[in-house]
Amino acid sequence: MATRPSQGAPAKEPVAHRFFELIPSGTQIDFVGLRFKMLVLSWALILIGLASVWMKGGLNYGIDFAGGTMVHVKFSQPTPISDIRGALSRPDLKEVVVQDVGKGGQEFQIRVLGAEHGGETAIADAIKTGLRERFGEGTYDVLRVETVGPKVGKDLWRNAALAVLASTLVMGAYIAFRFEFRFGVGAAIALIHDVLMTIGALSIANMEFDLTTVAALLTVVGYSVHDTVIVSDRIRENMKKMRRESFANIVNLSINETLSRTIITSGTAILVTAALFVLGGSVIHSFAFALLVGFIVGTYSSIYIASPIVLYLEGSSGKRR
Amino acid sequence: MSRTVLYRVALFVGLAVVAVVLLLPTFVRPAPSWLPWRQPVRLGLDLQGGTHLLYGVDIDQAIDRSVDRSMQDLERELRDAQIGASSVEMTGRIIHIRLANKDRRRDVESLVKDRFPGLVRATPSEGEGGDDDLAFTIEPREVQRLRENVREQALKIIRNRIDQFGVAEPTVQAQGNDEIVVQLPGIQDPQRAKELIGRTALLEFKLLAQGPQAGTVDKPGPGVQVLPGKSETGRRQSYLVERRTLMTGDVLTDARVSPGSATEGMAVEFVLDARGAKQFGQVTTTSVGRNLAIVLDGVVESAPVIREPITGGRGQITGRFDFAEAQDLANVLRNGALPAPLKLMEERTVGPSLGQDSIRNGILSFVVGSASVILFMVLYYRGGGLIADGALLMNVLLLVATFAAFGFTLSLPGIAGIVLTIGMAVDANVLILERIREELRLGKTPRAAIEAGYERAWYAIRDSNLTTFLSGLILFQFGTGPVRGFAITLCVGILTSLATGVFGTRVVYDMLTTRRRLTTVSL
Repeated sequence: MATRPSQGAPAKEPVAHRFFELIPSGTQIDFVGLRFKMLVLSWALILIGLASVWMKGGLNYGIDFAGGTMVHVKFSQPTPISDIRGALSRPDLKEVVVQDVGKGGQEFQIRVLGAEHGGETAIADAIKTGLRERFGEGTYDVLRVETVGPKVGKDLWRNAALAVLASTLVMGAYIAFRFEFRFGVGAAIALIHDVLMTIGALSIANMEFDLTTVAALLTVVGYSVHDTVIVSDRIRENMKKMRRESFANIVNLSINETLSRTIITSGTAILVTAALFVLGGSVIHSFAFALLVGFIVGTYSSIYIASPIVLYLEGSSGKRR
Repeated sequence: MSRTVLYRVALFVGLAVVAVVLLLPTFVRPAPSWLPWRQPVRLGLDLQGGTHLLYGVDIDQAIDRSVDRSMQDLERELRDAQIGASSVEMTGRIIHIRLANKDRRRDVESLVKDRFPGLVRATPSEGEGGDDDLAFTIEPREVQRLRENVREQALKIIRNRIDQFGVAEPTVQAQGNDEIVVQLPGIQDPQRAKELIGRTALLEFKLLAQGPQAGTVDKPGPGVQVLPGKSETGRRQSYLVERRTLMTGDVLTDARVSPGSATEGMAVEFVLDARGAKQFGQVTTTSVGRNLAIVLDGVVESAPVIREPITGGRGQITGRFDFAEAQDLANVLRNGALPAPLKLMEERTVGPSLGQDSIRNGILSFVVGSASVILFMVLYYRGGGLIADGALLMNVLLLVATFAAFGFTLSLPGIAGIVLTIGMAVDANVLILERIREELRLGKTPRAAIEAGYERAWYAIRDSNLTTFLSGLILFQFGTGPVRGFAITLCVGILTSLATGVFGTRVVYDMLTTRRRLTTVSL
């Protein structure tokens, strides 16, 4: 990269630069001062989210995790959900969940959860028969049929937990290696915060938790650390420049200096995930939702969670400089 | 313009041209004949519709069977060597031999060593009772070998059967230790494919019982069993068949469909090996005029009359098959039985209309997402934003071209990954541009500010992209199918966005600054 020395001599008269700015340069928001309030707010939100998971008896697992059968149908006419439920109250079907996907009452997902209902096509066949008998051939279109047996779901659980944990640790370790150990700790805790917050939001919004949702969580982990790197990088740079300044001030200054960049890049990322969420269709609805929430939370956490932890660890490990 | 700048400009122009050539077959159909590249981007099942099947191979059962076979062989060998054993039993995978005479212990040990290389002495904790008790178990290396063999064999057989099933571009892949993924693009009703895959074909030839000792269906005679026949037009037929199996399908070397006759429909022609030909010759010679039942997995497929002795080792099965049935039967005969039971663990079918919807939704969110990012960048950073936008478009071009070049499969999450890449790729440019702004505020000339901006921003860009790349790799490890498609997009997108967003834009700035002395910079 650019390692040549600067060639241009400093301008004789400083040119007054006018930029179009969201965040004026020299902004001084006291992020560090707010850190305890935000800490309380954050973990309170997480607790609410986890309480929601607990009260609903777990997340809204898709058949990827729970095992079972899912049939996604699209009717040519808007159809009352009660008619579909009626069509599916058959002796060979139990505990059928019908969900309107939100396409003007025309698209529905029919689920029968439980590993014992997966891996074989008997349930799917029963659902198709029920629909055919009630509505007749040709009035609807079977978009998707999925059935997952018990072993897959069990393996998936372990792999998903392992993958999220592994990437959190790898990210923390990388930051610790690149910067200092406490930055790594801060990043890892911020990531755990983001994952928990996103899971809570998924539960409250009753979004389906499936394979792609886990992929979204892992992406959130990768993206959130992105922001943390930028802030940490600036803290390190400022630490070299301002040896007199207190660490708290350096952290605060660094966050402020990178704020514009943080808002803009998070903004563009959030913009595209919002597009995916609104326009991406029902198949990736929960995936886009998890990304959207995760990116917002990830931006917030690199400011309010990661840096204050670094600050706290500085305080507890005594004055280093 | 300096040389190095010129080279880099040429490099990017070249890349763009290559990318366009790679992508033409995807977007222009039919692809013009002069194109050197004809392979369009592969679409995942979630986009083109089709069936995804996940099978578990019960390898443990295959190992158990192998131990069981060893035990039976060992019992026979002991008898042949006249070593008296009061019992030979199997508990789990351990073969226990209780000797009648404990002095023969050494003989047994050397016999096993010579004849059964796959068996080793079990550890004492696994229980040898006393001097007259010996315990053997399967060697760990042998278990490993069996595992690999069984999986490979199952994979090969499934692949053969699917290839002959006649579907365009099927995929059959091993996944993990004991799973096999089968993907059938364009297949909505996988029933026949599943039957073909799942069939554990045991083919037997038996004689139909005749005469007074045959008995009736309700009361078969001694040595006679009742077997169901292939149901035709809803009617089921039962056959009285002699229990004795004359030969099994393992003597078959080949089977193929032959046109047959108008009344009998398609026929399956088969070829036997030398041993089979001899056996078949004997049977058919002594039983001319009787019916030979061809029994597949306990069902009588056909019971033709033996018209004449067949000694040449070639025969024909007719049974009012249509072409597909005849072909499936021929496949089953040819490929033999699966080495271990398969269990269907997962089945996913995507209809073609959903795939179309998904493509449309994906493209729509791509257009809206990227248009808003592009617009924002121009409004906010003006000239600098324009350059970044150019890099962004180039990035998408290279990213999708990579999919075409390497044959990666584009899934719906993959499209989402492209959209996401748009949102995240500008990050590098924002970092650089913000840095340049800061340097300008400090009073540097545009050229110096650009220099410093790239230099200072690089470390943050490198670290932040590396972490995202790492999480992409972990995601790839974790995921299957569409999720892998997403992980690939994420990782490739990082590489292409570094190439275009950092190195590409730099080339543009270098071009601008070497041409004329910049006094102002549009940011």
